[in-house]
Amino acid sequence: MVSAGTLTTVQDRGRVGWAHLGVPRAGALDAPAAALANRLVGNPPDAAVLETVLGGLALRNAGPGRWAALTGASTAPTFWWAAGGELRVPVPTYGLRSYVAVAGGIDVDPVLGSRSTDTLAWVGPPRVVDGTSLPLGEPTGAPRPLDVPPARREGALRVLPGPRADWFASLAPLFGSEWVVRPDSDRIGLRLDGPALERVGAGELPSEGMVLGAVQVPPSGRPIVFLADHPPTGGYPVVGVVHPDDLWRCAQVRPGERVRFRGVSTR
Amino acid sequence: MRTRPVGDRAVLAEVGSPDEAAALAAWLRASGLAADDVVPAARSVLLDGVDPGPATALLAAWPGGTAVRTRRTVEVPVTYDGPDLGLVADRWSVPAEEVVDRHTSLTFTSAFCGFAPGFAYLTGLPEEWWLPRLDDPRPRVPAGAVAIAGEWCGVYPTASPGGWLLLGRTDATLWDPTAEEPALLAPGTQVRFVPA
Repeated sequence: MVSAGTLTTVQDRGRVGWAHLGVPRAGALDAPAAALANRLVGNPPDAAVLETVLGGLALRNAGPGRWAALTGASTAPTFWWAAGGELRVPVPTYGLRSYVAVAGGIDVDPVLGSRSTDTLAWVGPPRVVDGTSLPLGEPTGAPRPLDVPPARREGALRVLPGPRADWFASLAPLFGSEWVVRPDSDRIGLRLDGPALERVGAGELPSEGMVLGAVQVPPSGRPIVFLADHPPTGGYPVVGVVHPDDLWRCAQVRPGERVRFRGVSTR
Repeated sequence: MRTRPVGDRAVLAEVGSPDEAAALAAWLRASGLAADDVVPAARSVLLDGVDPGPATALLAAWPGGTAVRTRRTVEVPVTYDGPDLGLVADRWSVPAEEVVDRHTSLTFTSAFCGFAPGFAYLTGLPEEWWLPRLDDPRPRVPAGAVAIAGEWCGVYPTASPGGWLLLGRTDATLWDPTAEEPALLAPGTQVRFVPA
């Protein structure tokens, strides 16, 4: 690791099944991009990759040459990463998060069955900093440089029904407005600015279980879309759940960009 | 019991109390329900990663109640020197020693975990002893702090900000992700506090 860039973490498919002990699921925010990177270098789908925000990540290969790939915001299809060679993630033109997969995967010790770093409770490997040295696993498959990734869907984010829509006078502002991505958005949630959703009554919601993609509305009335590092329980009402296939876009929209929501009853 | 949709791969079941939530969650786990997770909370249980149809049908078969076939009882040794011991004694109108006697006489049940990995919300405090949390939360509560707030008792697994009333501290390891059972006070566990 020559330079860690803005925020770089080790991620795989996450730590599912521990929410009941208070552990966030974590995992790659743009899961399809991370899966594509693994496929390109011949890794199994649960191999760990690096997730990095914007550009600046620079890595030196301290071992023998390996296949590597870069996907997400900045892309570089499968390439041979020679021994001693330096890999740099450039600042992307669009998008926010890029994924570096290396044949064999990042082989840090798993915690509760996953190598993902959770940035809420810091379960899993520590965040990657300048000078961090990361072990690699043994490559298990041949690189597959030809791949047809699923089409990236644009348009409004689809929202499935949530448990507490009845706490609000109307969801019309949610679906009828443009929402501006706030700069304090992170791996925990996509925080949005726009017209406040108005609650019907006062009262407090007892803390309840939260799912990935939950659209939670705090007292400010401005929604937060819960992403991989979200708290497993929360005390603000959830009005809907972003369609799982649209979550990758929540990982790639930049602060200041706008998103819209569209209500759907089913997938 | 009322169920509510949470997207199309999860269901939220509303129940009347934390003890009912813990009992329902234990019953669902024992039923062999295929789920990513079953998450009890204060008045609900989230079934995450399920097919809502069969999950809702299963919920309808729950007999109800608060009985948990408890996996185990845990004793937590406590040094009762917390900074809020005097405050709690004042509010309860008893000497500080009586606060300790009361706290060690109770059997608590871990209803659910939240806030931080391994932080268990323990029920069992009689309603007449419930006290509000501090108006100004402390920026840092040390790991191992034993505290009460509202209907709950809890032990901070790691240092964090917190507004609960601190009675004492324990050296017990509340959270160890490398252990077979990472949370000492996993939901359903019965808990007794003993003087260290």
